Amino acid sequence: MSGVRLNRRNLLKVSALAGGGLMLEMTLPAATAAEDSSTLVRSKELNVYVQIAPDGQITIFSSNPEMGQGIKTSLPMIIAEEMGAKWEDVQVLDAPIDGSKFGMQGAGGSTSIPRNFDTMRRMGATAREMLIGAAALLMEVERDGLEARDSLVVHQSGESRTFGQLAALAAEQPVPDPEQLSFKDPRSYTIIGTSVGGVDNLVIATGQSQFGIDVDLPDMKYASYTRCPQVGGKAISFNEAEIKGMAGITDAFILEPDERSGKASMAFLEGMAVLRGGVAIVGDDTWSVFQAKNKLKINWDESSASHDSWSQMISRARQIAGEGGGEVRLANGQVDSALTNSDNQQIESFYQFPYVAHICMEPMNCTAHFKKAVAGQPDSMDIWIGSQFPPQVKEIAESLLGIAPENVTVHALRLGGGFGRRAVHDFAAEVIAISGRVSAPVKLTWTRTDDIHNDFFRAGGFENMKAAIDPNGQLAAWDQHYIGFNYNGRKAIGSGLAGNEFSMTALDTARVTQTMMDIDTPCGAWRAPGSNTNAFVEQSFIHELALLAGRDHLEFLIELMGSRRWVDEGNVNSLNTGRAIDVIKLAAEKADWGKTMPPGKAQGLSFYFCHAAHVAEIAEVSVDADRNFEVEKVTVAVDVGPIINMSGAISQVQGSVIDGLSTMALQQITMENGVIEQNNFDQYPVMRIASTPQVDVHFIQSDYTSTGLGEPALPPLAPAVTNAIFAATGVRIRSMPLSEQGFKLV
Amino acid sequence: MSKFKLVINDEKLEVEADPNMPLLWVLRDKLKLTGTKFGCGIAQCGACTVHIDGNAIRSCVLPISAVSGDVTTIEGLADGGNLHPLQEAWIEHDVPQCGYCQAGQIMTAASLLASNPQPSDSEIDAALAGNYCRCGTYIRIRKAVHTAASYYNADRGAQS
Repeated sequence: MSGVRLNRRNLLKVSALAGGGLMLEMTLPAATAAEDSSTLVRSKELNVYVQIAPDGQITIFSSNPEMGQGIKTSLPMIIAEEMGAKWEDVQVLDAPIDGSKFGMQGAGGSTSIPRNFDTMRRMGATAREMLIGAAALLMEVERDGLEARDSLVVHQSGESRTFGQLAALAAEQPVPDPEQLSFKDPRSYTIIGTSVGGVDNLVIATGQSQFGIDVDLPDMKYASYTRCPQVGGKAISFNEAEIKGMAGITDAFILEPDERSGKASMAFLEGMAVLRGGVAIVGDDTWSVFQAKNKLKINWDESSASHDSWSQMISRARQIAGEGGGEVRLANGQVDSALTNSDNQQIESFYQFPYVAHICMEPMNCTAHFKKAVAGQPDSMDIWIGSQFPPQVKEIAESLLGIAPENVTVHALRLGGGFGRRAVHDFAAEVIAISGRVSAPVKLTWTRTDDIHNDFFRAGGFENMKAAIDPNGQLAAWDQHYIGFNYNGRKAIGSGLAGNEFSMTALDTARVTQTMMDIDTPCGAWRAPGSNTNAFVEQSFIHELALLAGRDHLEFLIELMGSRRWVDEGNVNSLNTGRAIDVIKLAAEKADWGKTMPPGKAQGLSFYFCHAAHVAEIAEVSVDADRNFEVEKVTVAVDVGPIINMSGAISQVQGSVIDGLSTMALQQITMENGVIEQNNFDQYPVMRIASTPQVDVHFIQSDYTSTGLGEPALPPLAPAVTNAIFAATGVRIRSMPLSEQGFKLV
Repeated sequence: MSKFKLVINDEKLEVEADPNMPLLWVLRDKLKLTGTKFGCGIAQCGACTVHIDGNAIRSCVLPISAVSGDVTTIEGLADGGNLHPLQEAWIEHDVPQCGYCQAGQIMTAASLLASNPQPSDSEIDAALAGNYCRCGTYIRIRKAVHTAASYYNADRGAQS
């Protein structure tokens, strides 16, 4: 084995595989994550492993959690492309969770593609150069006449060798200087930009895929956990004898809330007991522990429990909006004079959006096996989990049970949905504590009600919007007052404004303020945090302004962008008004914006910029006299740079549109006296297939860096739909979900 | 606890369980057939869909004592080494995202195709109305069902 230090930025190890293959291992510090929501992404390093076996099988280890975003397929495509591999020869295996080898193994903030693209490309190019070096020796020809393609190194004479034939010798070739690596011309790509099916499709379609909830171990026990309905309450006593006497129940006990579990789970939860007080029930199967859970009679100490009330939050927010003020996040130009100038038209609108839950289709679950120290061996634990940040659970085991991280083995499984929920590991903390107590392998499964009640919700919020339109019909001032929430003493993820969001960054005369209220209801990251609500408010309000100005919405929106420029000059992850204008125009062209439509049917336009992505959407909506509305078609134009996997990209956009529609039309979480009022899907519905619109997706494959697509196509959906409903009916919707406004999705 | 004789995926077997235990948990916890998923426990989401004598049912609310016919789960849908046309179409259309609901979607669609080999969009929508997908793969689900219907009918034509 030879290890070669390339430079201070990366490290590449080359090894010979048993039987004569090549193995490349590269460690690279990942680029600094680009985005606000990347506060979730803590580590800066990642490893890539590629093996080429003598039989030609190429194995790429995927180290990022797969939750439906397609990363397990798209990152290996980049390596295979640059290597010159045939995609059919590539198998993708899950990398074990091992911080020393794979560094940061996480998924969040649509950052996996931009963080990793260059690394993957370098890995592929390095392998290709070593294979070519081996081919030059074997064929006794100059390197210059050799080319890697279709898993072959081909000489201009037509002679070729397979990667498998070359692998052993390639392992002995000098590692190319990373500064000298050359990359394929994108025009010659044969894998990147094509449609490749998900590498796990077969196992999913045949029911063989292993999610966290599918874990089965010898002598495994099953557990349920019941927390106080009022967040923050703790169990004092319960009907222990009755529960323990039930069929299939082997143990039942109280767990105390544990503040140490907070920071260990996520930095923003420092000091919070994500392991909440409650009653654990252990038994022989899931159903028995669910049955016993239903029979629990618990005496709760609610002295420090939440008293949050959504109805009171609404009243308070309206009061705050009337008072004005708030912390200034941005102040450009003379906003007040424009707002009071009698030559201008003024407008004020109050917007509202609810708390929503993640409702991953796979309810939260985790399996832990605590092994007590024996015969000189220290305490140890195995943990099986579907998580967006699986290495994190080691810290929880350490904080709760004092197990050294090196004695904790994490088995990462596929996630049945993430959307930000599986970035927080409260369910892992619970089963770690339970297994520690019973010293046995235990699988904890949440009921759907547990899953809804104990979410780290998208924070609801309010925005009071004011603006002035000058006599020329142009925007003269923009005044945005965000009324949001602090959770655990800091701004809830996605609540409030940073002051660098679109639209305000593009405006010369703008003021942004915010007032934050303290809450106890847990909040966390929910697909496109902040953006998924700001887009609704800002893009609806821009439509209101266009109407006030008597202007066409499309033309008004483009005018707001001003000249073509990076809003934050030199930052390629900032809004580029030229890219914005291009996607807006493309969506308009493809949707035939402005076409004549029958009564009750109309188009609505929106644009949003987040996660370094520029996305415009146009919804075609029909509304009947009873306010039943149907979204017939959504046209989406996206610029996220070059597309890696076209099939995956289209799927992400279509899924984001459907998820966005489901949420804005149907979903809200409310709470009174700290208790979440929705219990299951009958009260918190998901959009069904019959409501699915046609979704036409168009990409502008600009030359900029490829960026992620798991989130940014969701935010523009809601305002595109409500703007269309206004155009069809004259009714302005300023509050979600639409089901609460009398509009029924059909 | 009682003993129940079942036929699951063409295999005869006996299982001991509480008569009230839903089929879902018998499949998952006792028989280790974990392809059938738990989603809500109240027959709202369809993740737990299996067949009884070819009809799609929600196994999360069906007590084991009420199982009155042969059970087919996603693990038993393929005919030996041959994938069911729906499974082929699912792969061809790259339907899954997270994948968790897909077994339930496929099982419901399989029951539909068995009784209606050429369903329209609205018939697909009606049949699959009980199956949630939070990732929003509905567009490809529809396409894949149509594609599978064409395979299905081609197979039938070849056999007749």
